[in-house]
Amino acid sequence: MSVIEKAADITASSIGLQKAEERETLLDLANVSLSFGGVKAINNISFDIKRGEVRAIIGPNGAGKTSMLNVINGFYQPQEGVITFRGSQRRSMKPHLAVSHGIARTFQNVALFKGMSTLDNIMAGRTTRMKRNMFWQILYYGPAQREEIAHRRKVEEIIDFLEIAHIRSTPVGKLPYGLQKRVELARALAMEPDLLLLDEPMAGMNLEEKEDMSRFIIDVNEQLGTTIALIEHDIGVVMDLSDRVVVLDYGRKIADGSPEEVQKNQDVIDAYLGVSH
Amino acid sequence: MAQKPVNFGDTFPKVLLANATVFKDKPAMREKDLGIWITWNWGEVLEEVRALSIGLQHLKFRSGEKVAIVGANRPQLYWSIAAVQALGGVPVPIYADSVAEEMVYVLEHADVSVAVVEDQEQVDKVLEISDQLPKLKHILYDDPRGLRDYDHGHLHAITDIQGIGRALIQENPMLSTNWEAGFAGQSGADVAVMLYTSGTTGRPKGVMLTYDNLVVSARNANAFDGLDSSEDTLAYLPMAWVGDHVFSYAQALCAGYCVNCPEGAETVLADRKEIAPTYLFAPPRVFEGLLTHIQVRMEDAGPTKRALFHYFLKVAERVGERLLNGEKVKLSERLLYALGEFCIYGPLKNQMGFSRLKVGYTAGEAIGPEIFKFYRSLGLNLKQLYGQTESSVFITLQPDGEIYSDTVGVPFTGVEIKIAENGEVIYRSPGSFKAYYKNEEATRETKDAEGWVHTGDAGMFLENGHLKIIDRAKDVGRLTSGALFAPKYIENKLKFFANIKEVVAFGDQRGFATAFINIDLTSVGNWAERNNIAYASYQELAAHPDVYEMIGAHVDQVNRDLAEESLMSGAQIKRFLILHKELDADDGELTRTQKVRRKFIAERYAPLIEALYDGSTRKHVVTTVTFEDGRSGSVEGNVEIRDANIYAAKPLSGQLEDAA
Repeated sequence: MSVIEKAADITASSIGLQKAEERETLLDLANVSLSFGGVKAINNISFDIKRGEVRAIIGPNGAGKTSMLNVINGFYQPQEGVITFRGSQRRSMKPHLAVSHGIARTFQNVALFKGMSTLDNIMAGRTTRMKRNMFWQILYYGPAQREEIAHRRKVEEIIDFLEIAHIRSTPVGKLPYGLQKRVELARALAMEPDLLLLDEPMAGMNLEEKEDMSRFIIDVNEQLGTTIALIEHDIGVVMDLSDRVVVLDYGRKIADGSPEEVQKNQDVIDAYLGVSH
Repeated sequence: MAQKPVNFGDTFPKVLLANATVFKDKPAMREKDLGIWITWNWGEVLEEVRALSIGLQHLKFRSGEKVAIVGANRPQLYWSIAAVQALGGVPVPIYADSVAEEMVYVLEHADVSVAVVEDQEQVDKVLEISDQLPKLKHILYDDPRGLRDYDHGHLHAITDIQGIGRALIQENPMLSTNWEAGFAGQSGADVAVMLYTSGTTGRPKGVMLTYDNLVVSARNANAFDGLDSSEDTLAYLPMAWVGDHVFSYAQALCAGYCVNCPEGAETVLADRKEIAPTYLFAPPRVFEGLLTHIQVRMEDAGPTKRALFHYFLKVAERVGERLLNGEKVKLSERLLYALGEFCIYGPLKNQMGFSRLKVGYTAGEAIGPEIFKFYRSLGLNLKQLYGQTESSVFITLQPDGEIYSDTVGVPFTGVEIKIAENGEVIYRSPGSFKAYYKNEEATRETKDAEGWVHTGDAGMFLENGHLKIIDRAKDVGRLTSGALFAPKYIENKLKFFANIKEVVAFGDQRGFATAFINIDLTSVGNWAERNNIAYASYQELAAHPDVYEMIGAHVDQVNRDLAEESLMSGAQIKRFLILHKELDADDGELTRTQKVRRKFIAERYAPLIEALYDGSTRKHVVTTVTFEDGRSGSVEGNVEIRDANIYAAKPLSGQLEDAA
């Protein structure tokens, strides 16, 4: 009994490394195409996201990554193709329905309510889960208040999880960029999503902020079990964080696989280093 | 309930048991968790401690074993201290921010068998070094986050252990009675706690304090400032530091007052505002930081607010301190001050969380006279004390109405003080430590046969009976001219300027005095912003010529001041430089309590010191730095060295020549 067993070693291997193939498919995109007039933003792309994985979508500027996210959460309606989410097929979906179906997202350019406090912003993320109608909410006391307390508790857990207690009552407009990104992640988490879409969560961050954000993304994935689809330019981050990577270029899928496979793919290297198209 | 909390017992478990009866429903602890303050009254605290203690017993914890307490100020960790003491064990609080290698020395030296830690970070640290700790049997943690998949063979949640304790009591209520009987036999002479001194030199030493040391000191201190069960304090300083142990544990138990644990280190300001403690300790750094913060914010405020602020501060400067000291003040001045209280002082105190402050103490480093006066003029009873781990904190205290910014007060109740021949302050007190753990040699060096303890500080008594501390006795040196050189004295004078964060002065056995300076990034950064000076990093700002001009002016002012003081006039700063990086505890340049490690810095920056003395005006340096995550990198750059004016000394009176 002299030495405490190396508990820490056991942990990393036991979870999170389950092979992606064995998992259930959460979202499946089949032959999806999207065009704006003559511009083909997405050209016949198929890929899937398995439950519990971190799926990265990468590609050079203008590759169609953000369009892809917009298709997934129903902001854009693809002209062709079928999207299957949690087993049910759809062609089109309104963004607010995407939320109630368990898809939450953050944006490339932070889209928070700048004048509202961190707490209020995250509470806004609970809106779709509130059941009392406007009448009860105006009355405030009684059921609406009880409901708000329950939601507030959930929000406080997220605040604790993302370590933003110290900025709870600060208007988000006053916060540094890195923290705003974190608040946005908190608001997305407040929806308790099945699938979390992160559009460049590390853009414009310094090294320390990136490390913090990476750790939070891993925590969200491992501890809350949330599936994550991630767009990111920092290849180092992508390789470290993601289980599988899909690479887009000019609206086409050019590679799909584990970070190591993708890294070796000639098409990917060409797309990034630049070869005449 | 009017009963005074005296003679409740001579050990903390006994005091806790009594408190649970006498103060039953009064709040004993609060913790902000998930945004809400959760309160435990004394009765509940006793039950929490009882459950934990009996749970520990179940883990085969025996009397005399040592328990490391590692983490930020959490109620569960304070309960662990009491739970361990009730079983006759000795708690050993350890600095939570120490890295694994630092921790291994203390854990090993203290023969720790159980570690009670706050969260995953600390669990990982202890697991990392568990190979080197054959005596360590169990790890208990408070916050389960991230620990779900760890092997729980020897790792337990505090709540689980408490659950075991509760179940055992339910099964066999006699356990509870036996538990109480178990500590009824403890004596005041038993060791209550072991606190490792951060050690500006050499290895940390484990200071063993007995219940008598702590209980007597705590009761005397409560009586000195009239503290009772209605007080509120904020526990936010490291638990391993004797101050926190006394203010948040010993005094709280003896007076029955409430200890409030903030949400985290970053929320202390907001939490303090919500709690508005009545009794608070803060190192000078905190008060300096707050004032700088206010000044910076006021510079950005609208003209009306700014004008009001400055006007009423002038009023406060004239009237505030006299009112606080109970002196006679004209009615018109009183009325004006009352208006100021309404418009400025009240809101300001509210912002700082000092609205209900009855007594505030500061110690550890000298506090700038202006800063000290500022707070007192607002009507805050801020006082200084002098103490150390070995004395259970209190050696001298400033009594109400006798406050001087340059002294640390008069001897505390029951404390005798002498100035040794070499100028060192020595004392004998009921709070004097028993011994250093497993270090008889150091004990003998520090504490003589008659019980006199050497502080290592050079000081002198002024005519008003107050003690004035000059410097560490071993740091006081002489220039080659024979003039007295007290580095800390010079450093503190410079640090009183808001723009200067840290200073290291050199001069012992040298021809003249010189200094390394760290600018304060908040203050100078704000100044740079207002003056349209662009900078990308600390290094760039520190090397800016305008910054050099500004710091040069401060050095000049200090030299003028030094010239006025007969004793110190010889050691004016002749040359100085602004360091290209901030001194940092992670690089070993500061102790964990943010004190400068003079020798280490002298070795690390030897080329810069040479440059200060060889007359060069520029020096290229490369310095390795350690980042927070343990990796290292390097910074390099050219450091400029400037000369400062030296002023003629006033005629030397010579009367105080021998004092240091």
